[in-house]
Amino acid sequence: MPLLTDHDEALLAARAEDIRALLITMLATAGSGHTAGPLGMADIFAALYFKILNHNPGEPLWSERDRLILSNGHITPVRYAAMALAGYFPTSEALTLRSFGSRLQGHPERERLPGLETTSGPLGSGLSQAAGQAYAARMDRKKFRVFCIMSDGEQQAGNIWEAALFAGRNRLRNLTAIIDRNNIQINGMTEDVMPLEPLRDKYEAFGWHTLEINGHNMEEIVDACDSARAVYEKPTVIIAHTIPGKGVPDIEFDFRWHGKPPSKAEAEKFLKQVRTGGAAVPGEYA
Amino acid sequence: MRDELSIREEPQIARAPTRDGFGKGVVEAGKADERVVVLCADLAESTRAEWFQKEFPTRYIELGVAEQNLAAVGAGFAEYGKIPFITSYAAFNPGRNNEQIRTTIALNNVPVKICGMHAGVSVGPDGATHQALEDIGLMRMLPNMVVIQPIDAEEARKATIAAAANGRPTYLRFTREKTPIVTTRETPFEIGRGYALWESDAPQIAIVGCGPVLTEALAAAQELAARGIRTTVINMHTIKPLDAELLYRTALSTRGVVTVEEHQAAGGLGSAVAEFLATHHPMPIEFVAVHDRFGQSGTVAELYREYGLDRTAIQDAVARCLKRS
Repeated sequence: MPLLTDHDEALLAARAEDIRALLITMLATAGSGHTAGPLGMADIFAALYFKILNHNPGEPLWSERDRLILSNGHITPVRYAAMALAGYFPTSEALTLRSFGSRLQGHPERERLPGLETTSGPLGSGLSQAAGQAYAARMDRKKFRVFCIMSDGEQQAGNIWEAALFAGRNRLRNLTAIIDRNNIQINGMTEDVMPLEPLRDKYEAFGWHTLEINGHNMEEIVDACDSARAVYEKPTVIIAHTIPGKGVPDIEFDFRWHGKPPSKAEAEKFLKQVRTGGAAVPGEYA
Repeated sequence: MRDELSIREEPQIARAPTRDGFGKGVVEAGKADERVVVLCADLAESTRAEWFQKEFPTRYIELGVAEQNLAAVGAGFAEYGKIPFITSYAAFNPGRNNEQIRTTIALNNVPVKICGMHAGVSVGPDGATHQALEDIGLMRMLPNMVVIQPIDAEEARKATIAAAANGRPTYLRFTREKTPIVTTRETPFEIGRGYALWESDAPQIAIVGCGPVLTEALAAAQELAARGIRTTVINMHTIKPLDAELLYRTALSTRGVVTVEEHQAAGGLGSAVAEFLATHHPMPIEFVAVHDRFGQSGTVAELYREYGLDRTAIQDAVARCLKRS
């Protein structure tokens, strides 16, 4: 039996569309923040929050929850949007992003918003924290899984490879890392700034089980996370090929949209592009 | 507490490095609370982490030479609910991994215990690269962080046990050399509570310090007493939060303060004391500390003399302070 029925897949696609629409509105309201990365990861966050994670929005600190650690904290708008839509907090609060007194800081702070798991932003240390949580959980024979989302640019940080060595050596099979392989970073394309390839071979050499997927294909996302459960000897890294700015054709692949928000006018245009209706769920929007 | 003053010379006085106190304390803490784990970065013997490893092999985690990972993996353990002690030399932990400590431990506000061994010039022959002199400053500037340097091995044991239970990010600073044990099992220890190690009647100058170098102040105090100069010697083992009440009371009853620490004058205990007194009770302050220089190889005695940390330097500082008061 497939993990996803057509109906499931359409539902998740609709969720991803909602996430994109909400985060565009959030960024335009905030007037600052990153756009391309969050849009590119909307499908993966929809799959995580609405299919893969074992979690409870009503009890964000439930001790048996799966842990989702966001290492590249700058794409946090996509996480906030997914959390709001999953019911962690009202969507009206999502619009307080980056404003004074908001629980939705420009970069995520664990103490302010239950469910964030870690405080992040400075790149390169999320995988270490995920590995620490996974190791500690295994000591206590906990069943939950630890997921860590990273950017590709941060694979240039030495701390990542210290963590990769540690997780590989300790066979942290309850740890699944997902790399947003969108090929852009602030100064341009990753392979021009400081090449990462062959990225998959590097993780293999560090003792990881590796998978490569299309980060916009729901079935591949869900399958990859599920198959990682069946790997008993190694941590798993999923290299998810994504399109920065995905969902808004005007800005797809454009690294200049890495670190800026849309203006109000641009946001209106982007929202129309996001709402293609292609994701309409049979029987729901008919 | 002992009241002998010339303790550094006394051949019969017991000596041990403060890192030994950590080694004992962390084993005791581990027995009391099974959440305690020790993370090590390839320095098991010299940090005494191996004492814990022998007792609790499954709760000892080896990181290899990777101090940034040490800090952030430690944060992960604490986020989960463990009480991790992350151990290395102070030059690297919190020296090399400062940003990881700032973001994943201090801002994240998780109870990781950062243990910096071999702090100060008293590392001796290893030289400047391994002589951390800025670590108190680095840690003291971080919100949420508690900063402690025990005076001797016995206090180090107690500080380690107390830190395991305080529920907060905490920096514990330890030293390499065997130094006099001037406190006893009965000497009270409470985080954030300093105390007078020794006090003349009606002291003129207060000597406020932390760490084993403060035993030099005890020797200085005795020699000063013989010359009719009355001091009180305060062990301010917790640099943050500073014992403001004790400091204020001491300031009111003395004419000046001399701070003593094996650290840069900039940013250390002396700075903390000066910030407080400048605000609440301005008075002459002299700083016995390293003044904007790196360390170098040598014996502890040579280095204390060179960097102005020995009893002679402390007596000179007291004299300057009196002159200004």
